[in-house]
Amino acid sequence: MRDVAILGVGMTKFGELWDRSFRELGIEAGFQALVDAKLSSKDLGALYLGNMASGSLIEQEHIAPLLVDYAGLSGHHLPAIRVEAGGASGAVALHQGYLAVASGAYDFVVVGGAEKLTDVPDVTANRITGATADQEWESVFGATLPGLWALMARRHMYDFGTTREQLGQVPVHMHEMGSRNPNAHYRNKITLEQVLAAGPVAEPLGVFDCAPLSDGAAAVVLGPLDRARKFTDTPVQIRASVVTSDTMALHHRTSFTRLDSTIVAAKRAFAHARRRTTDVNIAEIHDAYSISALLALEDIGFSEKGAAGRELAEGRFALGGNPTINSSGGLKAQGRPFGAVGVAQAVEIVRQLRGEAKERQVSGAELGLAHDVGGTGATSVVHLFERVN
Amino acid sequence: MPMQAGIVSYGAYVPRYRITPTEIGKVWGVDGEGMGIGLNVHRKSVPSPDEDTITISTEALRVALARGAIDPQELGAIYVGSESHPYAVKPTATVVAQAVGATPNLTAADFEFACKAGTAAIQVCLGLVGSEMVRYGVAIGSDTSQGAPSDALEYSASAGGAAFIIGREKVIARVHHTLSYTTDTPDFWRREGQRYPSHSGRFTGEPAFFRHVTECARRIMDVASTTPASYAHVVFHQPNGKFPARVGKQLGFTEAQMEHGLVTPYIGNTYSAAALIGLSNVLDHARPGERVLVVGYGSGAGSDAFDIEVTDQIDRYDRSVGLPVEAFLHGGVEIPYAVYAKFRGKIHLGGS
Amino acid sequence: MSIARFWRETPRRYNLGGSRCANCSNVYFPPRAVCPSCTAHRQSLGKMEPFQLSGEGEVISYTIVHDPAEGFEMQVPYALALVRTPEGPVLTGQVVDIAPEEVRIGLAVRATFRKLREEGKAGVIHYGYKFTPTQASPGPERKGAVAESVAEPTATGNAAT
Repeated sequence: MRDVAILGVGMTKFGELWDRSFRELGIEAGFQALVDAKLSSKDLGALYLGNMASGSLIEQEHIAPLLVDYAGLSGHHLPAIRVEAGGASGAVALHQGYLAVASGAYDFVVVGGAEKLTDVPDVTANRITGATADQEWESVFGATLPGLWALMARRHMYDFGTTREQLGQVPVHMHEMGSRNPNAHYRNKITLEQVLAAGPVAEPLGVFDCAPLSDGAAAVVLGPLDRARKFTDTPVQIRASVVTSDTMALHHRTSFTRLDSTIVAAKRAFAHARRRTTDVNIAEIHDAYSISALLALEDIGFSEKGAAGRELAEGRFALGGNPTINSSGGLKAQGRPFGAVGVAQAVEIVRQLRGEAKERQVSGAELGLAHDVGGTGATSVVHLFERVN
Repeated sequence: MPMQAGIVSYGAYVPRYRITPTEIGKVWGVDGEGMGIGLNVHRKSVPSPDEDTITISTEALRVALARGAIDPQELGAIYVGSESHPYAVKPTATVVAQAVGATPNLTAADFEFACKAGTAAIQVCLGLVGSEMVRYGVAIGSDTSQGAPSDALEYSASAGGAAFIIGREKVIARVHHTLSYTTDTPDFWRREGQRYPSHSGRFTGEPAFFRHVTECARRIMDVASTTPASYAHVVFHQPNGKFPARVGKQLGFTEAQMEHGLVTPYIGNTYSAAALIGLSNVLDHARPGERVLVVGYGSGAGSDAFDIEVTDQIDRYDRSVGLPVEAFLHGGVEIPYAVYAKFRGKIHLGGS
Repeated sequence: MSIARFWRETPRRYNLGGSRCANCSNVYFPPRAVCPSCTAHRQSLGKMEPFQLSGEGEVISYTIVHDPAEGFEMQVPYALALVRTPEGPVLTGQVVDIAPEEVRIGLAVRATFRKLREEGKAGVIHYGYKFTPTQASPGPERKGAVAESVAEPTATGNAAT
C-alpha cells in the first residue's frame, strides 16, 4: 500500500440553498477541488461520491455518473461510484478513495460528498434521515434520530452528572466557530441562555442542540504522496483511514453512553499512524446533536469518560485549544448536508494544515483528525491527516 | 335444563382518561353538571389516541387468560362484540387472537348488535362449549363509541372492554339459563359510513330499553323459577345510571342487589362492554353460592338474559391478577374537552 | 411501510416473540438467525430457538419527544424509552398511561398492546407493543398521576327518576 495525499479541496456554501440544484452543488465542489489540485481532468481515475438518500430526497438514484456527466467528463468513461453509510456517507467515500489510490488501482481520484435536503418538507427530511436508524425496531415505535441521541444524553447525564448547561455549551461553541466561516450555514453567535430557552425537540435536546438540515457539497482530490509535490506545495497526507460498524439499533449496544464503533475506529487510526490523541492539533468531530460531540470527545480519547461536558464548557477546545474542535463550526453551525459532511470535514482539516483557514486559522497545526458517524453509531469513521513538511 | 358450561375466567379494561359532563357542558353552553346528575353519569372514560376496540379487547383478554392460567392455544373460539370495530371489513377478532397467541387453530368473528353484541357472543360460546365443539370460547364486549359533538350521547358514550372465557372445567360461575327477547325496534343506529350514531330520542326509553329488558328478565325468572329475591346481584345494560336503576326498581330489585353491577356512573356507557364490566365487578366481589341475574340490551332491539350461580371454584381463582374493576371506577386522569377532542379524532390535522 | 413488511413481524410486534441461543442461552429480541456471542465458529447456526419475553422491564433511559416521528403527531409530547427486560434484551418503545415528565430511569414497566400508526384514513392499522408503568397497568389506579383531585360520583344506582 502506498501513501496517499490530498492534493486539492473544494466545497460549496452550506445552507438552505433554494436556488441551487443537486447537480450544480456537486459540480461546483468538484471543480473547485480539481482547480485547487491543478489536476487535468484527463488524469482522473475515478469518482467516489458520498450521498445518503438522493433517491428519497430528490427522487434521483444513480447520481455518481450523473455528476460526472454534468461536469463534462462523460467522454472519459470514468468509474463513478456512489457510497452510502447514512450520515457518514462522505467519510466512507473518502475511505474508498483512499483505498483505491493506496492500492495502486488508480492514481488520482475525486472524492465528493453531496446532499440536497431542502427539496422536501422538513417532516419528510426528518423521516428520511431517521431511516439511518433501525426502521423496523426503532422508527416504527416512535423513535426519531434526535430522540435516540436524547436517550444517550439522558443516560450520560444520569451516569456522569453531565448537565443540561454543559450540553448547551456545545452549540454555543459551534456557532462561535461558524461565525468565522464564510461557508457556514449559521454565522450568528448564540448564547447559552438562547440554547436553554429554545423549544424542545426530544428532551433534554432542544432546537439549538440539533444540527440543521442543509444543502451542500464538498470534494477532495487524492493522489499518491510521492507525486504530490508536482501538484501542491503543501501536500496533506492521509495517515489513517478507518471505518467501523456496530449494531444498527441503539438498544442492542452494550452501553448507551459511548459509541464503541468510534472508540475502535480511533484506536485503530492512532495505532496505524503511530500517533496519540495528544498529538492532534485540530479535530472535526460529529456534533449532529450536543450529546454527539461530548461522546465523540470521550470516545476518541480527548477527554476522560464523563469529563467532556465540563472541559468543553471550560473552553478547552476553543480556537487554539487542546485540540481545537470543529473550527469549521461543525455540523451544528457549518451545516449538515448528510453525505457531504465527511468530505467537508477533510476540506476543513486540509485548509487548517495548509494555513489557509484565515480568521479561524489554528497556528502551526500539523496533525488533524476527522470523525463522522452514521445513524446512532452503526458506522463510525476516523481519519488522521498530517501536513507533509 | 341446567348447562355444564360457565364462566372460567374474566378480565376487564377501561382506558385511563376521564372527562366530566360538566366539562363537556361548558363547551356547548349546557348545564353539564345537571345533565350528569340527571343521567347519573358523573365521569366517562376516554381512550388514548393509540387505543381502540382491538387494543382494549386484547388487554381485557390478556388479564382473563392470566387469571385463569389458560394456555391461549386452548382457545377454540374468539368472538368480539362491538359497534366500534376499527375496520368495517376485517375482523377485530383475528388481531386479538394473534395478539394473545391463540392463532391459528380456532374460529374467530366479530359480532354487532349495538350494546348487546358481547352478551350475544357469550351465548354462542355457551353453545360451542356445551356441545363440546371447543374447549374454551372467548366472548368479548368492547367499545370506543362516540356521541356526536353536543349530542346527548356525548355526555355518556365512553370506552372499555371485558373478556369472558367460557368453558366446562374449573367454572367459577355456572350459567344455568340464558334466553333472549328480540324485536325490530329502531331506537338507535349508525348507518354504514357514518361517523356518529343516531337515535330516536325518548323513543329509546319505554318501547326499547324498558320493554325488552323487563320482558326478558321476567321470562328468564319464569324459566328458572326464581324471583328477584333469589339473586344476590343483578346487572342490567346501563346506557346511563338512570335506566338500569329504574328498571331494577320496577322489577323489584333493591339498591343493594344493583350496587356492584352498576358501573356507568363512574366510567360512562361502555356500550357492548357495559353489562359485562358490571358483571366483572360483581364477580370481583362475589362469594360461592351467590346467584347473579344479567340482562343485557342492544338497540335495534333485543335483550339477552343470564341466570348465573357463583361456584366454590371462585375461592381458588386468582382474582388478584390484573386490576379489579374498582380500580377503573375510582382511578383515572381527568382531561379537558380540548384534549378529549384531540384524542377522539374530532380535530383534523392539516394536510391529511 | 408496506403491508407485508409490517405483517411478517406481527408475532414479534404483538407478542414479543424473541429467540434464544441453545449454545450460550443468550436471549435476543427481535429474533436472530445467528448468535452474536457465538460467532467465532458459528456454533449457534441452526440452534436459535423461539423464546417468549415476559413483557416486564425497566426504563434505563428516556426522552420526551416533541418533534414526532411521522404518524405520532396526535400523541405529542410522548415519552420514548430504552427498556431493559429481565430476560436480557433492551427494547425501544413509548411509555404511555403516565405523564411524560413522570418517567424516570428505574421505572418498572410492562408491555401493553396499542396502535402504533395508521396508513392514512383508509389504510391498514399497525399494532404493537408500548409500555405502561407496572403499578398502573393495565389501567389507571395510580392516585399520584391525577392532575387534579377527581370528584367522586355523588350518586350511585339509586337515582331513578
